[in-house]
Amino acid sequence: MSPILQIKGVTKKFGGLTANNNISFDVNEGEILSVIGPNGAGKSTLFKMISSFMPTTSGEVLFSGERVSNLSPHVVAQKGIVRTFQETTIFKSMTVRDNVIVSHHLRSKANLFGYFLGTAKAKSDEQEFGRSADDIVEFLGLGDIRDELASNLPQGHLRALGIAIGLATNPKILLLDEPFAGMNHDETMRTVELVRGVRDRGVTVLLVEHDMPAVMNISDRIVVINFGEKIAEGTPSEIQENEKVIEAYLGSEDDAIGI
Amino acid sequence: MSYKNQQTLGVGAFLFVVFILIPWLIHVSGRWDFYYTLTSVALLSIASGGVWLTFYIGRINIGQGAFALAGGYVSAILVVKYGVSFWLTIPLAGLFCAVAAVLIGLPILRLRGVYFAMITLVLTEVARLTALALPITNGARGISSIPLPGELSIFGLTIIPDFSTIENVKLAFYYVAAVLMVASFAALYRIVNSRIGHLCRSLQQNEELASSIGVNTAYLRVIAYAISSFMGGISGAIFVAISRSIYPASFPVKDSIDFMLNCFLGGLGYVFGPMLGTLVIYFGWDVLFTTGKYQLLIYSSVLILLMLFLPNGILSLRLPGRKGVRK
Repeated sequence: MSPILQIKGVTKKFGGLTANNNISFDVNEGEILSVIGPNGAGKSTLFKMISSFMPTTSGEVLFSGERVSNLSPHVVAQKGIVRTFQETTIFKSMTVRDNVIVSHHLRSKANLFGYFLGTAKAKSDEQEFGRSADDIVEFLGLGDIRDELASNLPQGHLRALGIAIGLATNPKILLLDEPFAGMNHDETMRTVELVRGVRDRGVTVLLVEHDMPAVMNISDRIVVINFGEKIAEGTPSEIQENEKVIEAYLGSEDDAIGI
Repeated sequence: MSYKNQQTLGVGAFLFVVFILIPWLIHVSGRWDFYYTLTSVALLSIASGGVWLTFYIGRINIGQGAFALAGGYVSAILVVKYGVSFWLTIPLAGLFCAVAAVLIGLPILRLRGVYFAMITLVLTEVARLTALALPITNGARGISSIPLPGELSIFGLTIIPDFSTIENVKLAFYYVAAVLMVASFAALYRIVNSRIGHLCRSLQQNEELASSIGVNTAYLRVIAYAISSFMGGISGAIFVAISRSIYPASFPVKDSIDFMLNCFLGGLGYVFGPMLGTLVIYFGWDVLFTTGKYQLLIYSSVLILLMLFLPNGILSLRLPGRKGVRK
């Protein structure tokens, strides 16, 4: 399997503080790869650089061999790398369905002027987006509440909506920022299934997460970061036995990494 | 009655009132001064409609006066110094403002909230000072004795006769303003109810998320701001033709604030909000004239109360439960 995404020596410094130091790893097409690490390890910073929400200090991110770091978020999204957010970031005053419809932007064939005039292309876009949104909403179990305002949704559904928004962009790689945060066990397991479903649609999934049982359960491979450095990389069972990882998590509870 | 039919009926009724009923009422009552008032309302609501569009992408715009002034000067200078037909100067004034808005917007539209608002507020003052300083705008003396609009003809076919040959110029200007107002709001309505509006709402609600789903937020913001300023420019151009003069103080900061208030009062969630807001504020102010020295006090108190109790504007009264105003 060839790597679809290569992170090469990525470093981020904020003044004197090094948030990410020379981090390198590959992401293979069609896998679920998790980036884990204690709080403040620099996981979210890494995500922001991969999605170009933040420039790198040095190093680069290659997507199918093409540099995608230090561009604009919308350009990176156009190339197929789409990020969902740690916070429950959605379009609050839109219905669930409208959230998903508007997120089809990258699939538009008509331009803005075409939409203004209501050309044939614009009309077919709108029909197409509606159909596809219904499909995605159904897939993520939001079918019954598709006409509900997004601001009225409970946590679990918000997370699913975040993933739906990501899926609507038709990404090649979806970056999920803490998709299981604040969920109870049942909700987590449901979301794990959703994320697997996303992967089965042919999307490579890269996720940042705290919830160790979920990570061990869902990931094909795991990258561990501590104090801005990569300390380990491997399959869940390899990670569970890794000395450095156990050390990094000592002080927190042992069962945090599932041992 | 279906929604579509209701809409058609509403639009028909509106056009009937604007183009037939009002001129007839004025003719019957002999209150010719109302033409000037209503023409002003129509023009001010075009400028306010532009401001409304910037609100729609999540930016508080208190700088429309700058573009109205710029549009006015462009038209006046082209007509007086270069002999260009007034009718041609309307789109030219709009285009000038749109281009200016792109140049100004590129840097300042990165700002949000109160920061953007403050900069736009300053813009109005900058425009006034620029008009004072430049030779072409004739400084504080401004440009006066601007001739009435000439004839507009296309391929020898007269569409609008020379205004100096028209008996009732007030009525003619009223029709010009009303036609442009209807066209502007039709365009706004189309923008808002097409996918562009949907994208604007995504920008208004969460710019970060919008860019992560691939929306070129900077581009969309600049486009919206350019359209907004275009509307400011054409309204300024016609104002100048009516008053036949323009000075640096023709569109002061107060106007910029009024354009914003019109939007607030009418309702930021409704395309036709700025039109209604302008009408109410303009007539409200005039009606309060009878209260003499208490005019400003009452006016401001009423505005504060309206914003407290009707934060979604007057139109939210008529359309409860739409667009998530109330569940």
